[in-house]
Amino acid sequence: MRHTISVLVENKFGVLARVAGLFSARGYNIASLAVSETMDPTISCMTMVVEAEDEKILEQIKKQLNKLIDVIIVTDFTKKGHVDRELILVKIGYSAKDKPRLDAVLNKTGAKAVQRLDDNAIIEMMGGQDGIKELLDGLKQFGIKELVRSGRIAISK
Amino acid sequence: MKMNGAKILIESLKGEGVEIIFGYPGGQVLPIFDALYDADMKFILTRHEQGAAHAADGYARATGKVGVCLATSGPGATNLTTGIANAYMDSIPMIAITGQVKSFLIGNDAFQEADITGVTRSITKHNYLVKDVKDLARTIREAFYIASSGRPGPVLIDIPSDIQQQETEFIWPKEIEIRSYKPTCFGHPGQIKKAAKLIASAKKPLIYAGGGVITSGAYHELRKLTEKLNAPITWTLMGIGCFPATHRLSLGMLGMHGTAYANHATMEADLIIAVGARFDDRVTGRLDKFAPYAKVIHIDIDPTSISKNVRVDIPIVGDAKNILGQLIEDINKLPDTSEWLKTVESWRKRYPLKYHDKKDVIKPQYVVEQIYEVTKGNAVITTEVGQNQMWAAQWYKYDYPRTFISSGGLGTMGFGFPAAMGAKIGMPDKIVFDIAGDGSIQMNIQELATCVCNKINVKVAILNNGYLGMVRQWQELFYKKRYSYTTLANPDFVKLAESYGAAGIRVTKKEDVRKAIEKAISIDNVVFIDFKVEEEENVFPMVPAGEALNRMIEGLA
Repeated sequence: MRHTISVLVENKFGVLARVAGLFSARGYNIASLAVSETMDPTISCMTMVVEAEDEKILEQIKKQLNKLIDVIIVTDFTKKGHVDRELILVKIGYSAKDKPRLDAVLNKTGAKAVQRLDDNAIIEMMGGQDGIKELLDGLKQFGIKELVRSGRIAISK
Repeated sequence: MKMNGAKILIESLKGEGVEIIFGYPGGQVLPIFDALYDADMKFILTRHEQGAAHAADGYARATGKVGVCLATSGPGATNLTTGIANAYMDSIPMIAITGQVKSFLIGNDAFQEADITGVTRSITKHNYLVKDVKDLARTIREAFYIASSGRPGPVLIDIPSDIQQQETEFIWPKEIEIRSYKPTCFGHPGQIKKAAKLIASAKKPLIYAGGGVITSGAYHELRKLTEKLNAPITWTLMGIGCFPATHRLSLGMLGMHGTAYANHATMEADLIIAVGARFDDRVTGRLDKFAPYAKVIHIDIDPTSISKNVRVDIPIVGDAKNILGQLIEDINKLPDTSEWLKTVESWRKRYPLKYHDKKDVIKPQYVVEQIYEVTKGNAVITTEVGQNQMWAAQWYKYDYPRTFISSGGLGTMGFGFPAAMGAKIGMPDKIVFDIAGDGSIQMNIQELATCVCNKINVKVAILNNGYLGMVRQWQELFYKKRYSYTTLANPDFVKLAESYGAAGIRVTKKEDVRKAIEKAISIDNVVFIDFKVEEEENVFPMVPAGEALNRMIEGLA
């Protein structure tokens, strides 16, 4: 199962390597990772989506993160009220004749076309995981050529 | 007062109460060595950086103080890594100081450059690269605090040589506050009360203690609890010395080479009270068969140790000494253990720890027993890794903490001799014996020079069987006696010791064993005793890897 965890860390060089190193050394998987400075410039926030087969592994991940000296707080959003968002950019195959079908998908999902060229279009969407899945399902018919995702960020309610 | 980084380092170490540094010079620590030249600080020049790291580790284990080692950049730093990993696995407080190439050269593949903070990230509790001389004093203060508090461990400080040369005002921070590091010291009172209740309802309680008891200084509390409950107690390799081995309630070590009665007790107990131990795979054997009837109370300072391997019913995170003290007070109803103790005693009678002694051959176990008798159990014993280590654990009775010094988690051959050196410096009035194998001793044998030059008169008992004994034992038992590269052609250890200026004794007859030990102790020098022991002797009992704890190979049925 995937879990969204937010980790507040000291904003120092090498901290990302410590966190990433912990995951690789102990064989845990990171599905996505987003890092940025917080309002307090001495603190960075890492939002990560981790794969954990069971509660025991998830507990270990959280405890091991907490054990790192530079980690200030670990928050597990899994069982907590929270809002999460992700930004995606998708390049799809496109020609003028596809316009009605694409517009239908965009209308339904709330995604936007950033550009439409003769042979491709770039679609952007910011949303939750369900919305993003819906968009990707809808875009499959055009052929997805490239896909980039920002990684999930989350905030508690 | 203004001073350069090197002087600040020395002053800061003094501020932390450091009495001795083990190390080796090199290009990127020249300013530090220049400061050491006339500093009021004892320095031991080892003959290899690995020796320095193990010596600092051995010193820390023997004294409870923080051990300090120092090496240059690149190869000096990488040579420390085995010693750092060793200290990390066994939670030993240690500071490793390394020189680094000048800060503007970092990342340039400069001569003798290695990214040592990157290399040691997963084998240190924390590490630092000091980029500004103004941060140096505070970094050292933080490093010592981190190394010695909570679950202790090694901390590395990497100092570029230009930072060692730069000058700044030396300000020693009085207190240290790290917002992201707050180890839990006191156990949750509600959890301790729950534990007391569960203990009252137990019929077959067993105390299982580990190295955390020694680290925490909880020897007296553990003894009080054990006697109050009148419950049998077993311990891990790291826990040896946490409780008197000669006590009636003691079952000795459990696990792969533990006593049969300790393992049977573990498998039959209905309550395990784990104190400062982490249910390592060498202790549990096959995990899904481990202690099937037991509820588990787990006292540990490290939350990650709890429910990592074994499911825990009542976790209590905190310092063992504090928690045991509170638990003893909270227990008001005691379990009746008389039947349980009878059962345990019957196992002790039925499956005693034993070996087939012979008249015409020296059994390694006999050597260890004789060392125990001659030193009356008052020596500090260090070990290498392998059969020598297990026999030293089984056949010497340790009644006090910090008298058995051994590489538990990492299992580092070559640890015992330099560790003995460190222990002897920390405990100069104690007899210090390294119980070694003929393989292990050669992994850091260069430290003979360090011992002789500095008159660190440790005694080394080499249980010389001409094999890498433990690997040979596994090959005998599980690989059809195909002794693949485990036979050793050895040097003449007596001549070798003598060539370094140490003393050497060779023992080939059983009747000479005791005399040799007595003689070694009486000689005012480093002594190697080369005991020619039974070549294919095995360590028993033995739980084969992946088997349940009570599926032991006895060897002597």
